[in-house]
Amino acid sequence: MSKSNKIGTVSLKFEKRLIPSKIVTIVVPIISIILAFLAGAIFIYLTGYKPIEVYQVMLKGAFGSKYGISETMIKAIPLTLTGLAVSIAFRMQLWNIGAEGQLYIGAWAASYVALFMPGLPGFLVLPTMLLFGFVGGAFWGLLPAIPRALLDVNETITSLLLNYVAILWVSFFVYGSWKDPAGFNFPLTAPFSDAATLSKIAGTRVHTGIFIALILAVVIYFLLKRTKWGYEIRVIGESQNAARYAGMDIKRNILLVLALSGGLAGIAGMVEAAGLTHRLQPIMSPGYGYTAIIIAWLSKLNPFAIVVVSFLFGGLVVGGQSVQSIGLPITTSNMIQGLILFFVLGGEVFYRYKIRVKRSTKTNEKGGQS
Amino acid sequence: MDYSVLLITVLTAAIATGTPILYAALGEILAERTGVLNLGIEGMMLVGAVMSFMVAINTGNPWIGLLAGMVAGGAVAAIHAFLCVSLKANQVVSGLALTIFGTGFSGFIGKSLIGIPAPQTFTKIAIPYLSDIPFLGTILFRQDALVYISYLLVPLLWFFIYRTNAGLKMRSVGENPGAADSLGINVFAIRYTYVIIGGVFSGIAGAYLALAFAPTWLENMTAGRGWIAVALVIFATWNPSRAVIGAYLFGGVSALAFRLQAIGVAFPAYFLSMLPYLFTIAVLIFATRQTQKNRIGAPGALMQAYDREDR
Amino acid sequence: MPQNLLVEMNSITKKFPGVIANDNVNFQARAGEIHALLGENGAGKSTLMSILTGLYSQDDGEISIKGHSVKIASPKEAIELGIGMVHQHFRLVHPFTVAENIILGKKSVGLFIDKEKVEQEIEDISKKFALKVEPKAKVWQLSVGEQQRVEIVKMLYRGAEILILDEPTAVLTPQEVKELFRTLRQMAQEGKAVIIITHKLNEVMEVADRITVLRGGKSISTVNKVDTDKKELTKMMVGRELMPQTDKKPATTGEVVLELNNVTCLSDKGYPALKDIQLQIRGGEIIGIAGVAGNGQKELAEVITGLREVTGGSIKIENKDYTNATPREIIEAKVAYIPEDRVGMGLVPNLCCTENVILKNYRHKPVCNTLFIDNKHAKEQAGKLVKDFNVKSAGIDKPVKLMSGGNLQKLLFAREMSSEPKLIVAVYPVRGLDVSAIEAVHEILLAQRESGTAILFISEDLDEIFKMSDKIAVMHAGAIMDIKAVEETNVEEVGMLMAGSKLDQEVNSNE
Repeated sequence: MSKSNKIGTVSLKFEKRLIPSKIVTIVVPIISIILAFLAGAIFIYLTGYKPIEVYQVMLKGAFGSKYGISETMIKAIPLTLTGLAVSIAFRMQLWNIGAEGQLYIGAWAASYVALFMPGLPGFLVLPTMLLFGFVGGAFWGLLPAIPRALLDVNETITSLLLNYVAILWVSFFVYGSWKDPAGFNFPLTAPFSDAATLSKIAGTRVHTGIFIALILAVVIYFLLKRTKWGYEIRVIGESQNAARYAGMDIKRNILLVLALSGGLAGIAGMVEAAGLTHRLQPIMSPGYGYTAIIIAWLSKLNPFAIVVVSFLFGGLVVGGQSVQSIGLPITTSNMIQGLILFFVLGGEVFYRYKIRVKRSTKTNEKGGQS
Repeated sequence: MDYSVLLITVLTAAIATGTPILYAALGEILAERTGVLNLGIEGMMLVGAVMSFMVAINTGNPWIGLLAGMVAGGAVAAIHAFLCVSLKANQVVSGLALTIFGTGFSGFIGKSLIGIPAPQTFTKIAIPYLSDIPFLGTILFRQDALVYISYLLVPLLWFFIYRTNAGLKMRSVGENPGAADSLGINVFAIRYTYVIIGGVFSGIAGAYLALAFAPTWLENMTAGRGWIAVALVIFATWNPSRAVIGAYLFGGVSALAFRLQAIGVAFPAYFLSMLPYLFTIAVLIFATRQTQKNRIGAPGALMQAYDREDR
Repeated sequence: MPQNLLVEMNSITKKFPGVIANDNVNFQARAGEIHALLGENGAGKSTLMSILTGLYSQDDGEISIKGHSVKIASPKEAIELGIGMVHQHFRLVHPFTVAENIILGKKSVGLFIDKEKVEQEIEDISKKFALKVEPKAKVWQLSVGEQQRVEIVKMLYRGAEILILDEPTAVLTPQEVKELFRTLRQMAQEGKAVIIITHKLNEVMEVADRITVLRGGKSISTVNKVDTDKKELTKMMVGRELMPQTDKKPATTGEVVLELNNVTCLSDKGYPALKDIQLQIRGGEIIGIAGVAGNGQKELAEVITGLREVTGGSIKIENKDYTNATPREIIEAKVAYIPEDRVGMGLVPNLCCTENVILKNYRHKPVCNTLFIDNKHAKEQAGKLVKDFNVKSAGIDKPVKLMSGGNLQKLLFAREMSSEPKLIVAVYPVRGLDVSAIEAVHEILLAQRESGTAILFISEDLDEIFKMSDKIAVMHAGAIMDIKAVEETNVEEVGMLMAGSKLDQEVNSNE
């Protein structure tokens, strides 16, 4: 019995791969970002604007002048801090979507120090604000952590719903008892004193909060890589079963990590209040807590990458503000942010699979038996 | 103070307030039943709202607007389906991307729509005879068309999920896709189908907000309702008939808070506004405990991407 | 001269990252025969049959069904060709009923489910092949043997003519195995081709007509059962003569290391999993736990290692109370644990060798230094273990998921043994390993036994239990039926205990 067929075929096969190559981990995010801008261009075009013109305005606004770069850096500060916050929770597969709310509560707590603790000696004000900001954010991070640790309640939804609560909480005070009596009835608190202000650097609007952000990035890096606790976080995030097997206390770590995560976001709130707004106001963040998720994911949870990516996204946020001058809404940049995350997620398929082009000429002859 | 009038007003509003959440939750139940978690409901609702509003203005017809909202919701859901089912991306992050994109995109498109008065909207229709029933008639049968459709949708979906062959297939994909695949069921096709249908439902929910409930377009007008729908699915133990209870319960709390503000109850408005969110958190905690105690769980393969060659 | 050839697979090749699972394999099956596909773990048997059932597609090679060349691109096409498979891990939807599982996905069922018609059809098949199933029962409530019957009925319901069973006897008592073989005989008599994937020589010699041996991904030979014997098959399977087993030295037992008194606990679903367990293990002895999987073995290991709550009774290690101790306290008490799920629980695949090695002692000096991990010492420790136990890896700082199964097992063992344990809990330690690796594991355990370690050894292979144990405890339905010294019992007795019968009862055996 023999058969013979000659077939030539070219096919694409997806082959699983065990670890992604280094080239892929760098090239894919870059291509993803480019594709996202292309997709954004399509939407911009459909609403009647010229994409190239729009992107030029964004680029110029963000990086085209000294003022622009300093604005970008200013935005990069809270983005770095919230990016760090989100990344450390993600390390343990804890989906902290509440960074936005934790930022607000941190800002509120820090503002309390600035506004209602006049007896505090000058040099202690900022450190106390930092502490309160951290504790406030940590508390807000513990709120979803406790049901998660004790009852296994999904922290994604609870942390997110608390965002809305946090913003309402701040509004309650700013529109109410904390409103500046000399402020013409605007919903703003009284301005902070000099002792409660982060000083500016080199005549720009960039404030010393940038040092806080950079120092914390280094601290978090070492925490994860070198300490016992960092090791535990990584093991739990990779395999809860192995962590329990190894005797690690998962519940305790859920509480600690979400508290730390919330605390970092709370510091972002303090830094915004003390460095940028110099008062507490109803809107303390244009959604940094959500952008942080994209930053963390793009950076693969690496603290130093987070610093770099935060700078780039700071530019994106500033770009979004710039396009208002030609009539586009500020949400343009949010739209592009969402697109970037889509393409990055899509691009990750290349980490898991290799594409093989298979060319097969099948000649088949059978005879006899084995 | 006529409390019975207040009660009727609140309950009537409860149904209307709960309806968009109901639609979104029903859609998400279908998607999660096949094993795919879609946290992008908020984004899909906003996209549905803005597109339906825009098309309704341009055509003067809310039904065509509704259709546009449905298509838009389904289209955005298709992106999530592609990422999660075909490319096996992380479902939580993909859903968040969907929310961020949907929020940004709807704000982007909707800028020119802010402040434009509502076009033809879905008006309340009183059903003859039924609406004359004392108490219940006013609450249930003086609503708009989309609410009535939702009344029918719930038993329909329940029957579909639990009593038909197609529903059996859908549930098998969500419980054990390996078993379904080995029997020749097309896991990918089923997941795509129901995730997209889920998006269509979220689009309806958004269209309802823009064309019936508000009716207007405002940035971020969903205000977290998409997330409440996600929580509701857990509370409903993935069962359409329980989703109704949760949706109207939530609607009731929201409506009550609003009414209390309106009649000047001496409680800060901001805290009343927090109520729906806090209530949802409480419900979520309670529901999680219940599912654990009764051991009715989420669909067995929820959030797990399926790869036939996984060894 | 091939007569009634139902299946013909020629020159099948299939590669996965890092391994060639099937290398130019040839295989045929005829109508009316029971054909055993024999080979040790990792030889490529499951892969070959997964290709036949459309789960994988071959990289090269051709398949013919009933003489026609076919491409089997999906399980759907395999079913349409009359190929049905009962996998080692069942493909059943647990919350559904038996009937729902059997008709799932079948086109002819229509829009609504006609319960009565379906139940009648199931009953007909059930009677014809003596496969007792209860259509209305929910699958998660069934025993493993019952679930297997459901899987077989599921295939027959779809008109399968080629039936493949993957390691079907792993989950059965000796009596249930006999019943299964009866069913298979009957199916062959009806003209079907029955293919059994197995690595158990006894069963092959009992039930098969023809045998194809695979080794290292290659097909070695196809023989008729009547023309061969166990020794020859072993040689084909393993490629060499097996070392004659060295008799293990008689046990020199020391003090009681582990003591369980009246221990009860619940399963994940809330039902009683362990009932009044009484057990003692002394230093230097191996107690083998025999029993069909699912009778409480997993829970037994978990209560001892602190991973499951005890609802009654007490556990003592070296006479100190460790009832409901945390896993960490158990680790500090020098208990080593080889879990059933080695890669999912005992190791972290994405972390590197070094980080896996310190998994249990990272809290102690010298690996830890107050808050920090001393990388230098950790690397030293890892390097030493890798050398001593001959673990092959791509590098101690590369993720361990790159390592082969056998080397992963070695790494796991190396880490557990290096902690100088007083007690070792080993759960199915050789599952999925090839013969050389199995020998190595046995050697390590026996060496530990000689140095005075107490060992709890849970296995599903009766031959292995008899080889390794000093005493055998048989578990059934969460209780220990009996504990006997290995020289005072035999396979038949243990088999009956596994099935739940007490030894002094009369047991009818129909043959």
